[in-house]
Amino acid sequence: MAPAVAGNAIAAAVAAAGAVVAWRVRRSAYRRERAAAIVRRAPLATAVVALYAAVALLGSIAWTDPVAPGTVARPRSLIDRCFPADFGERSYSAPLAAAEFYGGAPLAHPGSHLLGTDILGRDVLQLALGGARVALLIGGVTSALAIPLALLFGVTAGYYGRRVDDLVFFVLSTLASMPSLLLLVALVMVLGRGTFQVCIALAVTSWVDFCRLARGETLKLRELDYVQAARALGVSDFRILWRHVLPNLSHLVVITLVLTFSRLVLSEAILSWLGVGIDGSWGQMIDQARDELARDPIIGWNLGAASVALFGLILAVNRVGDAVRDVLDPRTAREHA
Amino acid sequence: MLAYLVRRLAWGAATVVGVLVFLFWLFFLYADPQDVARRAVGEKAPPAAIAQWLANHGYDKPAVWNPAAPLDTRLADHLRRMLGFDFGTSDADDTPIADRLRRGLGPTLGVTIPLLAFGLPLALAMAMLVAFFRDTAIDRAGMIASVLAMSISMLIYILAGQFLLAKLWRWFPISGFDADPAVVLRFLALPVAIGVASGLGGEVRFYRTVFLEEAGRDYVRTARAKGAGDARVMARHVLPNALIAVVTNVSLSIPFLFTGSLLLESFFGIPGLGAITVEAIQANDFSTLRVMVYLGALLFVAAQIAADVAYTWVDPRVRLG
Repeated sequence: MAPAVAGNAIAAAVAAAGAVVAWRVRRSAYRRERAAAIVRRAPLATAVVALYAAVALLGSIAWTDPVAPGTVARPRSLIDRCFPADFGERSYSAPLAAAEFYGGAPLAHPGSHLLGTDILGRDVLQLALGGARVALLIGGVTSALAIPLALLFGVTAGYYGRRVDDLVFFVLSTLASMPSLLLLVALVMVLGRGTFQVCIALAVTSWVDFCRLARGETLKLRELDYVQAARALGVSDFRILWRHVLPNLSHLVVITLVLTFSRLVLSEAILSWLGVGIDGSWGQMIDQARDELARDPIIGWNLGAASVALFGLILAVNRVGDAVRDVLDPRTAREHA
Repeated sequence: MLAYLVRRLAWGAATVVGVLVFLFWLFFLYADPQDVARRAVGEKAPPAAIAQWLANHGYDKPAVWNPAAPLDTRLADHLRRMLGFDFGTSDADDTPIADRLRRGLGPTLGVTIPLLAFGLPLALAMAMLVAFFRDTAIDRAGMIASVLAMSISMLIYILAGQFLLAKLWRWFPISGFDADPAVVLRFLALPVAIGVASGLGGEVRFYRTVFLEEAGRDYVRTARAKGAGDARVMARHVLPNALIAVVTNVSLSIPFLFTGSLLLESFFGIPGLGAITVEAIQANDFSTLRVMVYLGALLFVAAQIAADVAYTWVDPRVRLG
C-alpha cells in the first residue's frame, strides 16, 4: 500500500507543479511567447516529452483492488490496468508469439504480447511503459531536492560574499573533487538501496554545478543598479533576494532542470547496472537483459524495448533542453536572434 | 607565481582534508560498523565473530574521542592511513589494498591513455570540421549526429558494440586481458573504440561551441582582413586560443585516467582499477571504495593545480598571482 500512496502523492505533486507552471505561463504574454518559441524550435521533441510525461503520470496513479482473502494483491497503476490482470506467462516468449520461446508450450495469451515477455513471463511493453514513471521520479525528486539546496547556498554565497562565500565554495570544491560516479555509488551503498536514497545520492552529486552557476549570477546581479537602489531604500536582504535576485535566476533554473534531467536518468542506468539502481527502471531492464544476447538463439526484445524507451526520452529531452537554452539564455538568444 | 602556487596548494590541501572528513563521516559515522561487519562476515555470524572482525580492522575503536589515547581513534587511523598511502586491507577478503591497486594500474592505463590519445584529437578534428562549415548542411548533420550519440546510454554502446563487433562479426575477442605485448592490443582495441565512440558526441558539441565562440572574436576578423584563408584562421588563430578550454577539459579527465572506467573494464574483463571498484561495490567492500574515492579526489585536486599552471603556458596573457 505504501508505495502506491507515495506514487500517487508524487503524481499529484507533479501534476500540481505542472498546473502552476501552465497557469503562470498563460498569465504573462512574455512567458507565453517564450513557451511558444520553445515549442516552435522543437515541436516533435516537445510532443514526445509530453507523451512520456503522460505515460509516467498514468503509471504513477495506482491502487489495490479488493481481492479474495488469502491472495496477495499488488497495487496496479492506470498503465497496468490497460492490460489484463493476469497478463503473465511462465517464461520468455517472442513478440506476438503463440508459444513459449524455449520448449514451445502454448501461451496463456497467444499473440497478444506486442513486445514479448521477459524471463519471468512479464509483458515487456507493460514493463517498458512502467519505466517512464521511474524516470520521472528520478528527475523530479532529485531536482526537487537539489535545486532549492543549490539556490539557497548559491544565492547566499553570492550575495553575502566573504566568509559565507568561502565556506560554500569550500563545500562545493570538496564535493566536486570526488569522482561523481564513485561518490554516487558510495552514497547509495551507505544510505542503502531504495528510490529515495538513490535520489538523495543523485542530488548530492548534481547540486554542485547549479550552485556554482547561481552563485556567479548572484555576484553579477548584486552589483546591478536596481539591487543597489533597493538596498539604498532600506529594503531587507531577504526581500531583495526574494523579489529582485531570485526572479532573475528563474531562466537558469528552467535550463538546468531540463539539461540535468537526461544526465540523471543516464546515471541511474549505470547505477542499475552496478546493482544499486531503482526497481523498475529501464536501466534495470537493460541490466537484467545483458546476458540474453549471449543465449542461443538470442533474445533481443527485452533489451531493445528498454534501450529504445530510454533513448527516445533522452533524445527528446536533449532536444527540448537545447531549445530551452536557445530561447531563455540571454547569451545564446542573442546569437540566434 | 610562487605566492600563487603556495596559496593554491594550501587550498588544494584543505580540499583534500575536506574530502577525508566527508569520507570519515560517510563511512564511519553514518554507516554503522556493526552493519559493515555483518555484511562482510555474514548476516548470521555469531556476535563473537563480528567483534573479532571489528577488532582486526580497528573498527571497534572510539570514533573521534579517546581520552585514554587521543591518537588511537578511528578518525586518527583513517587520516594516518590515507595521508600515508598505507591503505590497509580490504573489508571483503583481507587482501592488502595497495597490492591490488598496483596490479590494476597497468591494465587501467592501457585502456584510458589510448582512450584520451585517440578520443581527444578525433573530437577536436571533428569539432573543427563542423565549426569550419558552420551553418551548412555538414554542421547541421554533425550536430544531429552528436545529439543522437549523446542520447545513447553507455550501457547500450557497450552491449551493442560487444555483440556486433565481437560476437557477430568476430573482429575482436569478446572479453579478457593478457599483458603479453603480442596480444594485448587485440584485447584493448574494442574497449578503447567503444569508449571513444561513447564520448565523442558530447565532446564534439562542447568543442564546437568553444571554436565558434573564438571564431566570433575581433582578432579573427583582423586575420581575415589581412587575407588569411579559412583553414589558416582555424588552425593558426582559433585553435591556439581554444587551448584553454582543451586544457580545462583534459584536466577534468585526469582522475579517470587512474580510477579507470567502471563499465568498460568490468564488461571486457580487464583487471584494472575500475574492475576492482566494481568488485568492491558488489562485495560491499567499503575500505576499497573509500580508497578509490580518496585517490580520485587527490588526482582531481592535483590536476586542477597542474591545469592552472598549464594555462600560463598555453596563454601568455594569463599571469598567476
